[in-house]
Amino acid sequence: MMCNDARLLVHAYLDDELDAAQSVAITRHMQGCASCAANYADYVQLHKSLKQPSLYRRAPSALREQWSTSTSMPAPSRNRVTVRRAPTALAMAAGFAAALLLAAPLWVYTSSQRNAETNQVIGEAVSSHIRSMQPEHLMDVVSTDQHTVKPWFDGKLDFSPKVKDLAGEGFPLVGGRLDALDGHSVAALIYKRHLHIINLYQWPDSSAASSEEASQWRGYNVIRWTASNMRYVAVSDVNEGELQQFVLAFQNDAATPPMR
Amino acid sequence: MPADLHRIPPDPHAARSASFEAHVLPHLDAAYNLARWLARDDADAQDVAQEAMLRAFRYFDSFHGGDARVWLLAIVRNTYYSLRMKTPPDALHETFDDEVHTLVDEQPSPEARTLIAMDIGSLQAALENLPHPLREAIVLRELEECSYKEIASITGQKIGTVMSRLARARERLKAELTRHSTEARRHDVQ
Repeated sequence: MMCNDARLLVHAYLDDELDAAQSVAITRHMQGCASCAANYADYVQLHKSLKQPSLYRRAPSALREQWSTSTSMPAPSRNRVTVRRAPTALAMAAGFAAALLLAAPLWVYTSSQRNAETNQVIGEAVSSHIRSMQPEHLMDVVSTDQHTVKPWFDGKLDFSPKVKDLAGEGFPLVGGRLDALDGHSVAALIYKRHLHIINLYQWPDSSAASSEEASQWRGYNVIRWTASNMRYVAVSDVNEGELQQFVLAFQNDAATPPMR
Repeated sequence: MPADLHRIPPDPHAARSASFEAHVLPHLDAAYNLARWLARDDADAQDVAQEAMLRAFRYFDSFHGGDARVWLLAIVRNTYYSLRMKTPPDALHETFDDEVHTLVDEQPSPEARTLIAMDIGSLQAALENLPHPLREAIVLRELEECSYKEIASITGQKIGTVMSRLARARERLKAELTRHSTEARRHDVQ
C-alpha cells in the first residue's frame, strides 16, 4: 500500500469501516511507515477530542418543554379535560340508570371521536400557519383592501368568506390565500399584529354557533369558534390575550346581526 | 355493569402521537445538535429544530420503521437548507467542489497531538469554520457517531463521498488547529 492510499483509508480504519483485508493492509503499512503512523495517532487524538461533552449541543429546555411528554401532544385545551372526564361520569351513571346503559357507549364514542377531530383541526391549522410563514407561501392576493381581497375569493370557493380590515384595531389585513383544512377548501385571511402574522381560516359549517375555545399547540395560540354557519380558526404566535382581542374585533359586527 | 363501557375506542390521533413520542422525541438532542452545528447560532438552531420536529410530526405517517434518528436527522438537514433559502443567494449556492478541496498538505508536527488535545475553544472554532458539506459529515460522524452508511442516507450521498469528505474535514481541522497554535506561539515570543 502506498502512503497516498493510506492517507484516505486511515480515516475509514479509524471509523472501523474497513473490511478485514483492508484493515490488515493498513496496519501493515503503518508498521513500516512512521509518518502515516504519526498521522493516524493525530487523528485518534482528534477523534477523542471531539468526544468532549461540551461540543455536543443538547436541546435547550425551552424546546424540550415544548415537546416533552408532560405538556405535549394535541392541545392542552381547557375543554379536553372536561370532555375526557365526561365518559367516566356517564359510565358510572349508566350503572344505575338502565336507560343510559345503551346510550352511554355511544356517548363515550362520539365525545372522544369529536375530541380527536378537534385536535386534528388544531394541529392542521397550526401546521398550515407555519407553512404559510415560509417564503412565498403566505399570500395569494396581497392587499390591505378588503374590497380587493373579498372579490378575489369569488369563484375559487363555494362560499363567500367574511373579510374585514381591522387596521383600526391594530390588526391590519395584509392579504388572503386559499388553503385546505380538515378536508375542506378554506379561505385564509392574513392579518398582521406588529411583526407577527395571524392566519384566520374560515369555512362553512352547519353546526350550531358556539362560543370560542382557546387552546395552545406547540407554542402557538389557536382560537376556534362558529358563527352564522361558518367555522373560524385563528392561529398566531401572538399571546393569547392579543389573539383574543383580534377575535373580538373580528366578531364585533357579527354581534349586530347582518341585514338580510 | 358491562366492562366495555370503560373501553374508549382507539383514537388514531392519540395512537399516532404516542408513537411519535416513543420513536422521534428521544432524538430531540440529536436534532438540535445537528441544527446547532449547521446554523452556528442558538436562535436559528432552535427555529430549525422546531420546524424540523413539526415536519417530522406532520410526515410521521411516512416513517415506516427503521432508524428514527436517521430519518429525523435527514429532516433536520433538509429543513436547515430549505430555511436557508431566506439568506442571500450567494450563501445559498455554496457549491462544494470535491476536486478543489483536495487533501491539505500535511506537515509532520511533533506537538500536533498535544495541540489537538488541549484547545477545545480552537477546536470548536475550527469546526465552525469548515464548509457545510464537511461540517455536517464530521458532526454526524464524531458527535452523533453515525456510521458511513447512516451519514450517506442522511445526506443523500454515496459512501465514497462520505469517506473522502470525512478525510478532508479531519485534515482541515488538524491543519487549522496546528496553524492556530503556531500563530499563537509566534505571538507569545514577540
